[in-house]
Amino acid sequence: MAEEKKGFSHDTIERNTLLLIVLILITVSIGGLVQIVPLFTIESTIEKVDGVRPYSPLELAGQNIYYREGCYNCHSQQIRPFRDEVERYGHYSLAAESMYDHPFQWGSKRTGPDLARVGGKYSNDWQVAHLVDPRAVVPESIMPGYAWMKDRPLKYTDIQDHMKTLRIVGVPYTDEQIASAKADLEAQKNPDADTAGLMKRYPKAVVANFTGNKGVTEMDALVAYLQVLGTMVDFTKYQSPKQLQQ
Amino acid sequence: MTSATLTPGAALGSQRVSENVRYYEDAVRLFVIAAVFWGVVGFLAGVFIALQLAFPALNLGLEWTSFGRLRPVHTSAVIFAFGGNVLFATSLYSVQRTSRQFLFGGEGLAKFVFWNYNIFIVLAALSYVLGYTQGKEYAEPEWILDLYLTVIWVLYAIQFVGTVMTRKESHIYVANWFFMAFILTVAILHIGNNVNVPVSLTGMKSYPFVSGVQSAMVQWWYGHNAVGFFLTAGFLGIMYYFVPKRAERPVYSYRLSIVHFWTLIFLYIWAGPHHLHYTALPDWAQTLGMTFSVMLWMPSWGGMINGIMTLSGAWDKLRTDPVLRFLVTSVAFYGMSTFEGPLMSVKPVNALSHYTDWTVGHVHSGALGWVAFISFGAIYYLVPVLWKRSQLYSLRLVSYHFWTATIGIVLYITAMWVSGIMQGLMWRAYDNLGFLQYSFVETVAAMHPFYVIRAMGGVLFLAGALIMVYNLWRTAKGDVRIEKPYASAPHKAAVGAA
Repeated sequence: MAEEKKGFSHDTIERNTLLLIVLILITVSIGGLVQIVPLFTIESTIEKVDGVRPYSPLELAGQNIYYREGCYNCHSQQIRPFRDEVERYGHYSLAAESMYDHPFQWGSKRTGPDLARVGGKYSNDWQVAHLVDPRAVVPESIMPGYAWMKDRPLKYTDIQDHMKTLRIVGVPYTDEQIASAKADLEAQKNPDADTAGLMKRYPKAVVANFTGNKGVTEMDALVAYLQVLGTMVDFTKYQSPKQLQQ
Repeated sequence: MTSATLTPGAALGSQRVSENVRYYEDAVRLFVIAAVFWGVVGFLAGVFIALQLAFPALNLGLEWTSFGRLRPVHTSAVIFAFGGNVLFATSLYSVQRTSRQFLFGGEGLAKFVFWNYNIFIVLAALSYVLGYTQGKEYAEPEWILDLYLTVIWVLYAIQFVGTVMTRKESHIYVANWFFMAFILTVAILHIGNNVNVPVSLTGMKSYPFVSGVQSAMVQWWYGHNAVGFFLTAGFLGIMYYFVPKRAERPVYSYRLSIVHFWTLIFLYIWAGPHHLHYTALPDWAQTLGMTFSVMLWMPSWGGMINGIMTLSGAWDKLRTDPVLRFLVTSVAFYGMSTFEGPLMSVKPVNALSHYTDWTVGHVHSGALGWVAFISFGAIYYLVPVLWKRSQLYSLRLVSYHFWTATIGIVLYITAMWVSGIMQGLMWRAYDNLGFLQYSFVETVAAMHPFYVIRAMGGVLFLAGALIMVYNLWRTAKGDVRIEKPYASAPHKAAVGAA
């Protein structure tokens, strides 16, 4: 039996609660440390590409609605490097493209299609009509309708607090971006506004009165977010258009 | 030594009776009641969201009832509310008996943990419905609720570990190794995955420190080990106590218990990246995740063998004791889903299965077949003991529950296998002109019949649970159903003759 063996016996552990606790803690720590720590120290983890920028205030508000509604339960934002996925959704996803997502929204299930590059695929009007009543534009869809969101005013009095908090966790919002946050948010929804500053601070932001409402609504924000997804990196800079079509 | 280690209180049971000692059981009873209640709530929520996928009009057009907000209610209700209360009940019940010691901190601390944990559950569910979420699967509660849960969990850990430390038994019984690994690791995972900065101290919203690829790795380190330690190590603790007790046999192999325990807790932690195959997570991490997931098959089956072979010499009881049937079938399901899991973690298989219903089916073969079945077995064992009844109201009803639920599971997982593999194949299908053969929404339309079948499986599983509720209620009242008893003697003779 075990206790008759010379040297170490498991019996020792079974008699000593603290020893058992310490050994459990060591045993369960190793795997996590080996897999997580290098992701912060190995520089090639996130490849360097041009174009990825923090979300504009309206896009950020939209992303928070995306989180709030649990869109990740049915939509991924991560295109795998397979022929069919690249053909269906676009260039496979890069780590850099989600570097400002706190937390990531790669998802685990595609009850609906991947959204990593949905930006620009459909018109603003289509996005609004689809969110209001998915089956009006896609009869076979099983997505919930979000008609209630269309006219609900967006709460953005604290948008600067959100940006400041994100700066604490590593998103490089500048003082200028934070100072002009409310004006930028309102400008992105107003095609008649002077958007030069907005576009300089947030290149490729889609400016439109998405819902046609007078004030900024929650759906305006959500569509602004959807329309920028996957559009920040210009892949023609890295590969020829022909390569990209493969 | 070994007999004390291997037979939980078997020798002690008679001692207890003669000394007429009563362990603290009030809180355990409350945990059992809550477990049954949340089980029904969680299964009902599951059936409802399953029907939403088949009939989207059931989203009702209201913000509070959309699939995106209700799915976390379902997952939290079954994992943390049902599973959590089962773990509290069983661990606090068995640790007293295997340590021959009253609960450290007493009945008051156990009740404090009970009320606060269940208040936490209610607040979490309400917060999801109202739209407060961290946006991470199985870790949806916002920062303030995370802090609340941390306090509750530390108190639970103090109670459990304190009881083990003050035990009057020389050895720590194997079930308690598993319970301790579960309690300690879940604490590490919960804290590690919820390091957030709140936007305002008076608001719910917060942002995690990590983002993108690191956020993905941390989340699935957490997410996979919520499965590994909450739904596996914790429930293996239940297996190591309740299977031997119900079968009245010692654990099959002491040595296998040791190997099972240390290899399982070491390997599980590494398996997280298999949720991130072919993503922007670096390849080295994916490969590690796959390799360790495949290795994990071995300790999992070691544990399964240890659980099932505990019935050596008592196989005939499966015919006459439907409670034991629940316990043993759960271990068989554990074996099945811990074979399927490593298979799905192999990258080429994962390329097909990931993002499809196959994953959902896999999760449910583990959650319904393993976690829920071993919970049902333990609850059926506990209720007559805790309510001081000589027997259950009806063993026949236990058997009806068993078969209803089993058919439900089979419908569920086969529907998800077919729909998952079919959808995976449709996504990658090309026609003979080299175009993608199906648009995405065509694959959605093809899912419909399987979503209906899956929901029917869920209805059967829920119906089984309702049979259990009735049976337990009558048991607690002290009723005994007049029914044909399960005769054990003839079967024994038959087995002997064979």
